[in-house]
Amino acid sequence: MKKRYVSIWFPHLVCDQMAIKQKELKTQAYALVAHERNKQMIVNVSHEAKKLGLRPNMPLADARITFPALQAFKHQPQRQQKLLKKLAEWFIRYSPSVALDEPDGLFLDVSGCTHLWKNEALYLEEISSRLEKEYHFHIAIADTIGAAWALSHFSTQQIAASGQQMQALLNLPPKALRLQDPILQRLSKLGFHHIASFAHIAPTTLRRRFGNELNLRMGQAMGQQQEAFNAIEEPNPYRERLQCLEPIQTAKGIEIAIENLLEIICERLKQEGLGIRNATLNAYRLDGKLQQIKIGTNQPSIHIKHLFKLFELKIKQIEPDLGIELFVMEVLKVEPLTQHQEALWHTNTHTNFTEIAELLDRISIKAGKNAIRRYLPQEHHWPENSIKAVADLTLQPQTDWPVHKPRPTVLLNQPETIKVTAPIPDYPPMNFTYKGQIHRIIKADGPERIEQEWWTNDGKHRDYYCVEDEKGQRYWLFRLGHYDSKVPAQWFIHGFFA
Amino acid sequence: MEKLAQKLIIQRLQRQILDLEGFKTNSKQQNSKIGFAPIEQHFPNQVFPTGTIHEFISTAPENTACTSAFIFGLLSKLQQQNGIYVWIGKQKQLFTPGLTFFGIPPHHIIFINLVKPKDILWATEEALKCKSLSGVISEVEGINFAQSQRLQLTVEKSKVTGFILRTQPENITATACAARWKITPQASENTENIPGVGFANWQVELLKVRNGSTANFTVAWRNQQFYVNEQNNSAPFLSQAIGS
Repeated sequence: MKKRYVSIWFPHLVCDQMAIKQKELKTQAYALVAHERNKQMIVNVSHEAKKLGLRPNMPLADARITFPALQAFKHQPQRQQKLLKKLAEWFIRYSPSVALDEPDGLFLDVSGCTHLWKNEALYLEEISSRLEKEYHFHIAIADTIGAAWALSHFSTQQIAASGQQMQALLNLPPKALRLQDPILQRLSKLGFHHIASFAHIAPTTLRRRFGNELNLRMGQAMGQQQEAFNAIEEPNPYRERLQCLEPIQTAKGIEIAIENLLEIICERLKQEGLGIRNATLNAYRLDGKLQQIKIGTNQPSIHIKHLFKLFELKIKQIEPDLGIELFVMEVLKVEPLTQHQEALWHTNTHTNFTEIAELLDRISIKAGKNAIRRYLPQEHHWPENSIKAVADLTLQPQTDWPVHKPRPTVLLNQPETIKVTAPIPDYPPMNFTYKGQIHRIIKADGPERIEQEWWTNDGKHRDYYCVEDEKGQRYWLFRLGHYDSKVPAQWFIHGFFA
Repeated sequence: MEKLAQKLIIQRLQRQILDLEGFKTNSKQQNSKIGFAPIEQHFPNQVFPTGTIHEFISTAPENTACTSAFIFGLLSKLQQQNGIYVWIGKQKQLFTPGLTFFGIPPHHIIFINLVKPKDILWATEEALKCKSLSGVISEVEGINFAQSQRLQLTVEKSKVTGFILRTQPENITATACAARWKITPQASENTENIPGVGFANWQVELLKVRNGSTANFTVAWRNQQFYVNEQNNSAPFLSQAIGS
């Protein structure tokens, strides 16, 4: 799939945010100032200040000469970073992968996202309409991260059609390629004021004069070179960290860590009325490797002792090696705690459903979820299809269990062929050989014809007989299809009656 | 008169010994007399022991078919209301629609399929610890004395009734179970020459009973009830209706 990237640039990121908090600032000129080399330098200006000609990297004293009423605030780099991260998380609604472009921009990998808003123009419009009340920004979409960045910072063009990034960038200054200052200075000294002026020079020649970076950045913008996209992690609201003072190597230590984390998480979930269905314990080792154990429950639970037991069964899988320095517990799935499970089972009052669910949790941790099954009736003719396995413990049968026809208590997974001696055409066999043993049939019931379901599959029907041999053992046999004098009939054994 | 007094003393002493051995006769158990006297009379205090482990020998699928039916018949008599049961075994064999005839709604049975014998025993012990279950049935290849004792100690605490189905006849050793049963199909009796197979008959062998006596009788299941045909009974068709 063709990749598409969006770049968003917030030229007045922190200033805009201050205006959101203090409405009166919106129409005023102000700047963020940092102390740099014994000078107060402007780092960021508001939109109004920019109109007056003020720019970042200007000494505050110079700015005050042209505009004495300029307000100055202290610049806090952490605040800007935090704000950008928050915005990035907000943007997850538009694309699952969002990356930071420090210090004041964002990249979105929008491959396969824009069609949800019909087309790219409407997609950008939707984002713009949400953002324009609060932030000043420039947005652009292109095939590569580099091209999108260039367009958002240096062009009014918003959309570079697929494969058209070269044409879109030709008229932009070299700065649009995200080059370092020394290279930019050299380029301008040589009179390269637009990308067009050096875009067609052979890469080897450029490398000789400007080093590899120019070629790399060109390649990244044009799509010939890959560029890493470091998407931010989706925030997990139920996540707890436990930093260890000293690396932990013992099982006992891990147990204590799990207990502590569970206590914090369960306390919080309890207040919200939620319970854990799936949780993961990540143990970060000293050597940077990650050890992980996962648990799942059959019903939402905040029972610390029970959850701990589930983790305990898996502690053996953790290799502490040199030691674990950080534990992170994440709850991947929560569900509202249910109070009235008993009613679903229609059982007597002293049956504690939670206790059974906890037992099954423990078993499924060891044996896997597929090991535990209940069976409910299903409205199908063939015995194999007349029951369905369900994993959910609260499901009730939709229909009654059929009781009008005899059914065996043990059923073979696959009917097995038997040799029979049978009188023609519709009588039960006189004897049959199963697993090398001859059974002489004394009594029999049947036949009970069970048809294929013609609306799903076609094939031969089965004529079932319930037979009893001389020892009293009862079997369920069937003949496949109609009796045919030319072709010997096929007989099968399918079950054992009580 | 003197003899009667002696008999009473012996009875009292026997009961004391039973109590010491862990066969407590609490009032609840007295009430839960299931009502099949011909079976119950072979057990201590004439009560079918619940809260212990019963062992069944079931080697062929024919045996499993009637053993499972017998167990579920017993359980449906023991528990008036619907309980929840766990079946632990190697693979799915039981056909739940067939169990409807024996008084247990099949969707109340939770099947646990495990592969390793060790895992089956572990799961059985865990299940027996769970007081909310009405019965635990476990298919094992073999069980030794120590393992069975461990299960017995578990149920003494939790009062859950456990049923062990031993599938490998060559590994039969002494166990700490309350009783050892063997259920085999038996030719059904057809009195009035009605065509068809009729109701099934099972030969129920009580091979070992702790503090009780062994026995051998024929049992039939019809209309949600057990009917017992004592083998040494001279009247072969006398079916004594028991229960209710």
